Amino acid sequence: MERQIHIEPVTRIEGHGKITVFLDSAGDVRDAQFHVTELRGFEQFCVGRTMWEMPGLTARICGICPVSHILASAKACDAILAVRIPETAQLLRRLMNLAQLVQSHALSFFYLSAPDFLLGWDCDPATRNVVGLIAARPDLARKGIRLRAFGQEAIDRLGGKRIHPAWAVPGGVNQALSQEDRAWMTERLPEARTTIQETLALFKSAFGDTKERDVLGDYPSLYMGLVRQDGAWEHYEGVLRIVDAKGRVVREHNPAQYAEIIQEASEPWTYLKFPYYQPMGYPEGMYRVGPLGRINACDRFDTPLAQAELEEFRAQSGGRSGRVFDYHYARLIEILAAIEEMAELLADDRITSPAIRAEAGVNAREGVGVHEAPRGTLIHHYWVDQNGIIEKLNLIVSTGHNNLAMNRAIREIAKIYIKKGKVSEGILNRIEGGIRAYDPCLSCSVHAVGRMPLRVEIVNAQGEVEATLSRD
Amino acid sequence: MAKVRVATMWFSGCAGCHMSLLDIDETLIDLAARIDLRNSPLTDLKAFPEDGVDVTLIEGAVANEEHLHLVRTAREKSKIIVALGDCAVTGNVPALRNGFDSNQMIQAIYGSPATSNGALPFDVVPRLLGRVSPLAEVIPVDFFVHGCPPPAGLIAKVILALLDGETPELVGSDLKFG
Ligand code: SF4
Repeated sequence: MERQIHIEPVTRIEGHGKITVFLDSAGDVRDAQFHVTELRGFEQFCVGRTMWEMPGLTARICGICPVSHILASAKACDAILAVRIPETAQLLRRLMNLAQLVQSHALSFFYLSAPDFLLGWDCDPATRNVVGLIAARPDLARKGIRLRAFGQEAIDRLGGKRIHPAWAVPGGVNQALSQEDRAWMTERLPEARTTIQETLALFKSAFGDTKERDVLGDYPSLYMGLVRQDGAWEHYEGVLRIVDAKGRVVREHNPAQYAEIIQEASEPWTYLKFPYYQPMGYPEGMYRVGPLGRINACDRFDTPLAQAELEEFRAQSGGRSGRVFDYHYARLIEILAAIEEMAELLADDRITSPAIRAEAGVNAREGVGVHEAPRGTLIHHYWVDQNGIIEKLNLIVSTGHNNLAMNRAIREIAKIYIKKGKVSEGILNRIEGGIRAYDPCLSCSVHAVGRMPLRVEIVNAQGEVEATLSRD
Repeated sequence: MAKVRVATMWFSGCAGCHMSLLDIDETLIDLAARIDLRNSPLTDLKAFPEDGVDVTLIEGAVANEEHLHLVRTAREKSKIIVALGDCAVTGNVPALRNGFDSNQMIQAIYGSPATSNGALPFDVVPRLLGRVSPLAEVIPVDFFVHGCPPPAGLIAKVILALLDGETPELVGSDLKFG
């Protein structure tokens, strides 16, 4: 008899995402689906608006990484203006992107995920959250809060607002960096660096054993991210590189021509589309983006501390890692890299120049903006009329790229914990953890920040509920 | 003193209002000592406790069948409902889809040629409502907090007033949209 197990992360009626596990007649896992249950329709209602409002409007796709959308949108508009933005505007945009990487990764690690593995996968769900972390590990929680606050405050000082700053504009940015704000960031950097180094040390002492990091499954895939021309880690521009599970380069492509290598499929059971690497077809063309995707795709970091961490990580993992849990590890290494690059940018006197914006009209009818958001490659593609009115747009958001991989992760984890129809309690938090490791910014694709309360229903072939596991 | 029971929810929004709540930074540590944070996207608790909560903060507009069901449950289970941010207060950006037919919208986003296989998401996922509504169109709301998102300081001011059993007073720039 075939059975289905429904896991509703945000419960049946509350969900922006839920999970179904399909068992075969022997009670073993046949398949699993991650359903994303929210849709807002930006690709529709942005049509007919002007390109000038796109950075501000698309920022509202996501309050966790608004800077990503503001930057990808401004870059798509730069291409429509057909201008090269001033050097300082470029440096400032990089600086804000790094500040966001710090705050967003800190949110994912300290506020959303660390309670699982620092308080314990099986500890009381009522306290397994950031408030519980504050109670159990006040020093660490305070440091994490201050690290995120540093990133948010840097965004505020650059753009005038922590969330949805109206700052990057077609042609550059609209506010220069003052010496005072530059000094503030420079002064706060050492504390941020110390926090992340301590956190990395703590993480490695707790999970240095790679066996422990197998908890959320391990499977091969392609990895994608922007890299510099020389193969170094990159977040704002460069070439779009795809590598295989061993780190061999499969393709390097001009990001503006993404549509030649990335296509999207859809399924009736989710609002989130499935991008795939077109030459390998759907669904074989599964690839992963985000922290692990980027550090697997690049050859090296250009900054010394992050490079030393990468070498250690690769030595331990025997090259590239396919472990889902290693997203957390990669995230910490990237925070360190971001802090190192922020220090370089702030030390560069060009950063406070007032030449920050190129003015131009509509000189091209199409523009693509691609950069690396905290969760992976983000693509904004606009078509406009001669007055800059949007005629059509295509958005491929970071979390979308990982859709096939997240579905694969829950299937792998379900296979580890469900045998012969026996469902162990441990499956709840592990499956949830598998999704959470990808830090899906479902706000971007749709919704849902982080923690997803679970409910598992085992349903027989007649559709009757045999048993329910939940954790409320 | 018994801790005040607080729930938070989000419907159709961008999570920015929840992020702005976290932007109170270290004040969060003091707040954690005074509130009992119940069902929220930030915790593992999924349902309202049987006997309800004191305050529920809601981000986002009502856009699908799940939201509609949940917003009514929230009203039943909460003494005070706060509409947090412009999406909850006015509909804001999510309401820009009003005027588009939702089935045509799904066809345009998921049908061929937008995707290679053209499958339309009509199974399992909750159905979109024909019209996106601000909270007050659906349930009575006790307090409205403006902003996209409301600044962290404003959120802290409202929460601290409610914790002290006072009526938050919003004046001047507290009433700014956007
Ligand atoms: S009000 Fe603004 S910040 Fe809040 S959910 Fe809506 S779009 Fe996001």
